[in-house]
This record gives sequence, structure tokens and C-alpha cells, in this order.
Amino acid sequence: MSKNIKLMQGNEAVAEGAVIAGCDFFAGYPITPSSEVAEILSSKLPKIGKVFLQMEDEIAAMGAILGAALGGAKTITATSGPGMSLKQENIGYASMCEIPCVIVNVMRGGPSTGLPTLPAQGDVMQAKWGTHGDHAVIAITPSSVNESLYETIRAFNLAIKYRTPVVILTDEIIGHMREKVVIPDKSEVEVIDVKLPDVPPEKYNPYNYTSGKVTPLAPMGEGYRYHVTGLIHGETGFPSQKTDIIQNAQNWLIDKIYKNIKDIEKFEEFQTDDADILIVAYGSTSRSARQAISMARAAGIKVGMFRPITIWPFPDEQISNLSKKIKKILVVEMNMGQVILEVQRTACGSKVYGLHIVNGEPITPDNILAKIKEVSEN
Amino acid sequence: MSDRIEFRFSGSGGQGLILAGIILADAAAIYENKNAVQTQSYGPEARGGSSKSEVIISNDPIEYPKATKVNYMVSLTQEAFNKYINDVKDDGIVIVDKELVTDFSKAKGKLYVLDMVKSAREELGKLLGLNIISLGVLVEISGIVSHDSIEKALMKRVPKGFEDYNKKALEIGFRLAKEVKKG
Amino acid sequence: MIKTKFNYDYYLRKNTLPHIWCPGCGDGIILKALLRAIHKCGYSKDEVVITSGIGCASRLPGYVDFNTIHTTHGRALTFAIGMKMYKPKLKVITISGDGDALAIGGNHFIHAARRNIDMTLIVFNNYTYGMTGGQYSPTQPLDSFATTTPFGSIEPPFDVCNLAQAAGATWVGRSTSYHAVQLEKFMVDALNHTGFSVLDVITNCHISYGRRNKMKSPVEMIKYQKEKAVPARSAENMSPEELAGRFKTGILFEAKDRPEFCGEYHKKLELLKTK
Repeated sequence: MSKNIKLMQGNEAVAEGAVIAGCDFFAGYPITPSSEVAEILSSKLPKIGKVFLQMEDEIAAMGAILGAALGGAKTITATSGPGMSLKQENIGYASMCEIPCVIVNVMRGGPSTGLPTLPAQGDVMQAKWGTHGDHAVIAITPSSVNESLYETIRAFNLAIKYRTPVVILTDEIIGHMREKVVIPDKSEVEVIDVKLPDVPPEKYNPYNYTSGKVTPLAPMGEGYRYHVTGLIHGETGFPSQKTDIIQNAQNWLIDKIYKNIKDIEKFEEFQTDDADILIVAYGSTSRSARQAISMARAAGIKVGMFRPITIWPFPDEQISNLSKKIKKILVVEMNMGQVILEVQRTACGSKVYGLHIVNGEPITPDNILAKIKEVSEN
Repeated sequence: MSDRIEFRFSGSGGQGLILAGIILADAAAIYENKNAVQTQSYGPEARGGSSKSEVIISNDPIEYPKATKVNYMVSLTQEAFNKYINDVKDDGIVIVDKELVTDFSKAKGKLYVLDMVKSAREELGKLLGLNIISLGVLVEISGIVSHDSIEKALMKRVPKGFEDYNKKALEIGFRLAKEVKKG
Repeated sequence: MIKTKFNYDYYLRKNTLPHIWCPGCGDGIILKALLRAIHKCGYSKDEVVITSGIGCASRLPGYVDFNTIHTTHGRALTFAIGMKMYKPKLKVITISGDGDALAIGGNHFIHAARRNIDMTLIVFNNYTYGMTGGQYSPTQPLDSFATTTPFGSIEPPFDVCNLAQAAGATWVGRSTSYHAVQLEKFMVDALNHTGFSVLDVITNCHISYGRRNKMKSPVEMIKYQKEKAVPARSAENMSPEELAGRFKTGILFEAKDRPEFCGEYHKKLELLKTK
């Protein structure tokens, strides 16, 4: 097979990945810096017989993809900060009702309207805690255009497999930069499809809280009639206020993610073997960190990096293990301190430093090198 | 990192500089199998204001995607020239148009002042294509990619019916650069 | 098409009953009319999808044996659009209260109408937020009382039908929970219409609205519906003074020549296929 190599934008790679993953349905609302995802899919999806919808607002876009997902569609929406805030209630609905969907948040500076055209990584905590109530989510932070494509495919798979919203957190840099991408053939990647349940309709319950297995979501209109509600519900799908059902439902929403963390987690370790300082960085910032590490090593400072690709659920175990052998950890992120809180929680015994620059510019390798030197002398 | 070369097109929104950057990155990445990253930045408005489009080209993987030590800069407005000249390396090369940039009090690096606007007006009949002329100049002066590669990348992104027009613009750029190189 | 004898039990999820509605509430009458109408239209239970928002009326889907989605407040139409666009063969119905459809969901209401997508919206219009205890809604009459208008409402109400028609809905009608037979008939008509149909159903909340507005009992509220309803034909010959405080009933607007969104979209897909 001749390799299909293209120069493309991160946002385009997300759209390309969605198509390869078998996306059936996109609904969105225009917002910088994510609009290219919508623009590209508005052309690609109809050409392959799929649905593209520009809705009246962000909330409607989120509702529409959930409606389609209940019909069995593989769905995606794309947005940025203000839009992500608006979508939160329906994201919670997706968590509660266990409806698969992929939500792309091309992060820009915030809060509020913030910096529409400039990058930030300020929505990491929002991805986890943005909607009310206890729940778990999966969130992914690609650091290149190529990774944006492959991680979008993985996001669709995880969404279907665990019946959960999956958030792809890119940022203005990754979303807008152009890089070489190797576009795979569908046969080269794993794609999980929506399936009918393996039990007949009369035996089908849309939820299962105790077996440890995720019940497939039956596409509506195929003979499996059931009820979906954002109220706490039992395994039959109908609302309940029984204490044991409430507790089981709550446990399940967390457990189905955390008990499968080995399958969901993804990370990269870079030059950690002999490192005296460990950088924790993700997304576009990890690129600067990698360059800074080469510069630091050239100057005789042994630095390595841990890069979460799945950022939620957080890689507690890996950070904890690394912190046993590397005593200084430097968290670099384009926010005022979000992932550092998780690192402080999990890295027992290491001193945790933070480099948080939020000025509309990406954090540069020089910024990081200066901080490495400071940490090294500390 | 030693072979990392940084290019910056700067001017105002709507001049087509982002496209020029994309074509350069495409030529390097797809037709010469190098690594290339193209980024851009602009204000909240889509048109007007100062904008820049940057391309990093290297044989090694490119990590930090933005330009910080610029080897080659093209400026098509005085405002962009003043705003973005600081990152140009001392031995960097700056390419400007004779009519659009006239105040060189902030100049840095080696300066090439060319008649790009004048040539566009006289040979193309309009200013559309100024971005491609400047791209031709940049390619000729830097030698970063072959004429053949840049032409292929250009043709891929030119609307139907405008192939000859753009090819001509590119060649004007090559010629102007050759002239100025000769001194 | 199914042609069996009508039986409520066939359509009800009896294990989810009793319902949460107060004794005397009009919502049950509308539910029963809806089941009869669906039966008359001959839809199978598998092809019907009902979405609803939040509020008393929006609890309806839980009691009926179709594909049912009790969504978030105001957003039932957005889920319905997603479902309809992905599975155009399904019959999609949305149940919404006046607050749900016109306050928090007002934007979706006008845009669903603008698109003229082939779905039916039934508004259970009881002038109040019953579930939360009787706060004023966007259809509450001027000068009437609610827990949040203790001194009388100074906000003019929306006319659901005028709004729907102006926004682009191609079937617009109004009935009440008193006119149960007419209600069923209008529902059949709305369901059979190709395009966005909006049926405004005036219903009674004597608990949250009636008690504060001199209609303590369901009987008084049903009487209000009977007396204030003016058939559209009769209204044509009445002066604005005579119509004050009353509402028009009937099929108020119907257009069959306007493009329907879902069909248009899929037509475009066919065109792209042949290219």
C-alpha cells in the first residue's frame, strides 16, 4: 500500500480521524479556534451519506449528538471554552445515561471570551469536573497533528466501549498547526462498531451496575424499547430513589472507568531512566518540554518527561512510581496550576514544582530550560 | 536542532501569507520528505491587523512549533516589519517590498529590498499574487526547497483557472531574487 | 401498519404507574389522547420515539411503551432532531411543558420551526411551572398570580401558536384537555403532517396555578377551558374586546408546500451519491 501522507491542520486531522472511526453524525456551533472541524466535516460527512448539522447553539449541538447516539450513531461535536461551558449539562446527561459521544475542545485562553485565537490549557479540570455531580470521564490530550488523528479514532472506540463521553483536549496550537500526517487505511486501525445487544429485546436492560461489564447501548428503533432519563435510574432505565440503586448507579459510573484504567490509560515516558528531574507536560506544551530536555541534557542536567496522553482518568500509578525514583518533578502547563494538583496528590516523596505561563503565547523551550536550571540548583 | 530553519511571513490579514506558509511547508514535507511545521497567529478578527505565518523546516523531528530565532523573514507591511523583526537572528535574512516597507530604523540581519509590488502591478496587472511572488523570492534566496517542489505544492492549492497566473507570480519571485542576489 | 383493537394497556408501561401527576391534572387526558392518536395513525411501538424535557408533562414518556427519552430541561427538541436526522424513518414526537418549550427551550422551539423538520411538538400549556411549585411561566396571562408574581404578572405571555407559525412551523393547532375528542383528532392530524407540527394544549394545573387564580378545583379549570376556548371560525367574527382573555382553538395554520428539512437533507445526500 502506498502511504497516504498529507500536510494538515490538527483540526483537520480530528475530522479525518472521525471519518476513519466511522463517525455518522456531527452537530456543532461555530467557535474559534475549533470551527475548521465543523467546516471540514460539513463537506466530508454528506459525501459519505452521513449527517452534518450546524445547530442554533452549543447546547443544541450537544443534545443533537446525544439524540443521534441513542439511535446508534457514532457522534462527535467540536467546540472551545465558552461552548464547552454551555455544553456541560448535556455532557452530564451523557455520563448519567451512558451515551457514547466524542467532544473536541480546542482550548483557547479563558475565562469567559478570553483569547479566542490564542492557546491555553485552562480547561483540563473542566473536562473532568465541568458538569455537576459525581461521574468519571475520559479525556485525551494529543500533542501533534498526527496524534490528533489517531487519538480521535481511539476516542470513538473508548466512547462506544465504555458508553461514555470522551473529551479530546487539543489547543489552539495543535488545532491550527500543520504537520505531516500518515493517514491510515481503515483496515490498519482498530475500529469498534455499535452493536445490537446479544440478548433479545424482552431480556434487555439498558444498564447493568453489578456485573462489571458494560452493557451495549441498543440503538433505538431496532426493537429494543427502553427508557432513558437523566434521573438516577435502575438497571431497567426507570427512575428510582431507592438508596441501594442510587449507590450502585453512582459506583458504576466511576468504577466502569477506573476499574478499566489499564485499558484506557495511555502515556509516554521520555528519557526518564536516568533523570534527576521529571517534567510532566501534555499537549502542545510537551513539545516545548521535549526540546528543553535536549537543551538541558546538553548542559549536563538529566531531565526526563512523563507525558499523559489519556489525562483523565489521571495516571496516578505511573506518577506515583516515577516519584519513587525521581525526587524533583516539574509540571509545565499553560494554566495557573491544574494538573499540578493531581501530581502533588500522587507524587509522594518528591518535590513538585510548577511552571505556569498564561500569556497567550505557548510556553517556550527557553522558558522551561530556565525553570529546569532553577529547579536543578534548588 | 542544528539544521532547524525558521521562516516567517508577516504582513496584514488578507494578504495570503498563511497560504504562502502552507505551500512552503507542503513543499518541504511532502515533496522533499523533510519535517515541516506551519503555524500562524492573528488577532480576533479574520482580516486586517498584523498577522504572521511561520514555517519550521528540519531533518529532525520538530518539537517547539513556533519561530523564536528567525532565519528568514518576509514583511509586507511596515507595521509587521516593526512588530516581528526582533526575533530575526543577527545573521538572518529579511525580505521586504520597496514600496510597503520604507522605514528601516529597526532593521536587523541582512536586508533584501525588492520591487515586488511594482512587478506585480506591471507584470500581473494586479496585486493579487504578491504573496506568491514573495514565496518565490524566499525559496530562491534560501534554497530551502527546489523550484520543482514549490511549484508542485503551489499547484495543489491554487484554484482552477489560476494556475498560469500563480506560476507566473512564482517565477517573478525567482527572478527578482536572482537579480538582487547578483547585487 | 397495525390494525388491532385499541387498548390502553398495550401502550402503557404499567410497572411505572401510578404516575406522578396530581389528582385532577389534565396531563393524563392528553396522554390518553396521544395513545389513541398513535394507534389511529398505525405506528408500531418500535418506530415511535418520544422525547421530553423537564417538568410534570415531561414525565409522560416514562409511562408509555415506546422508545422514550426524558432529556434535560428545554432540550427535548435537540435530542429529537438528532434522532430524526439519523433515523428519518422513525416517528419522533416531543412532549414539553410551556416553561420547557418556550422559556428555557425557546431557542430550540423557533429553530425547529424554522427548519420545518418532520416532527411533532405537543406543548402541555398550563401557564405555570407546576413541578417546582408554581412560578410564573412565559405563557402565564397578564395580571395573574404565581409564587414569583405575588403582585400579579406584568409580563405579556407568548401565544404558542403565533410564535410557531411566525418561526416557520407548517402545522399549528390548539386544543385543550377539556376537548378530549378534538384533541385526539388534532393529534392525528399533526402526526400525519409532513413538517414541523406544533400542538398547543391548554391544560390545567389547579394546584400551582388555579389555587392562586380563583380556580381552586380541576372542575373550575376545566370550565375555564370550555368557556374561554373560541373555535377559530367563530373568532373571525369577534372583536378584540370580545376575544380578550380567551384563546382560539382549531387547526390554526397549515402549509403543505414548504420544504421539509430532513427530507431535503437526505435528498442532497442522494444527489451527492450520484455525482
